[in-house]
Amino acid sequence: MSEVLAAKVELDEEGFLKNPDDWSEELAAELAKEVGIDELTDLHWKVIHFMRSEFKDRGQAPTIRRIKNSGGVPIKEVYRLFPDGPAKKAARIAGLHKPQGCV
Amino acid sequence: MAGTNGSTKEKIKKVSIVVSKGSLEGVYPGLIMANGARMEGIEANLFFTFFGMEAIMKKRMNNIKVATVGNPAMHIPSLLGIIPGMSAFATSQMSKEMDKLDIPPVPEFVEMVHDAGCNLYACKATVDMFHLTKDDFCEQVEEIINVGKFYEISGGGEIIFT
Repeated sequence: MSEVLAAKVELDEEGFLKNPDDWSEELAAELAKEVGIDELTDLHWKVIHFMRSEFKDRGQAPTIRRIKNSGGVPIKEVYRLFPDGPAKKAARIAGLHKPQGCV
Repeated sequence: MAGTNGSTKEKIKKVSIVVSKGSLEGVYPGLIMANGARMEGIEANLFFTFFGMEAIMKKRMNNIKVATVGNPAMHIPSLLGIIPGMSAFATSQMSKEMDKLDIPPVPEFVEMVHDAGCNLYACKATVDMFHLTKDDFCEQVEEIINVGKFYEISGGGEIIFT
């Protein structure tokens, strides 16, 4: 985990923001680099903004199924955009806590 | 390698999960584990055998039910469990609860794990025994394979039997 980032905001031991209100788009780009995503495309942003609005409305990060059904991004795309652990990676970039559900 | 806490242990890279039962409670654990594996970036295969194949058969996958007879954990006497509609009722109650957790119905779940990059296979011995063909299965099923091929595909990973 980059010390530069840790100096700016409070992160938990797995690199998730402790306080989702600390989030900004600039921070998202830095968090993305931490998980190996160098450039955030429009579709990445669509997922990230959906996740934040879901979190605001429902108090938790959406499941991948909700990202598909309500967010309108197909599951194959979600996996392509956030490879090797999409739900966690997208939640981390969106400044949310680690997802707790099983699906 | 193997430390005292999760973070220092070697990460699981691949799982191959066998689904051998055709009841709702027989099918979901395998689907949840395979989907969960993909969510963690773990390679996953699902192998459906015997009655577990109901979950990937076009004509059956919409109608997977909870076993209300011979299932002590249901906490209803088996004599009540045989009443017509009991299994459908228990299934619908359970499905409502699962929907709240965003756990999809079987056909959508099969599509979801497939789209998540899990490979789905049907068991050759069962296919032969029940005189089935590839056409009996949903489009997400990659291939009908024998047990030898299953081990070949599972190479280098963990095997889980459900």
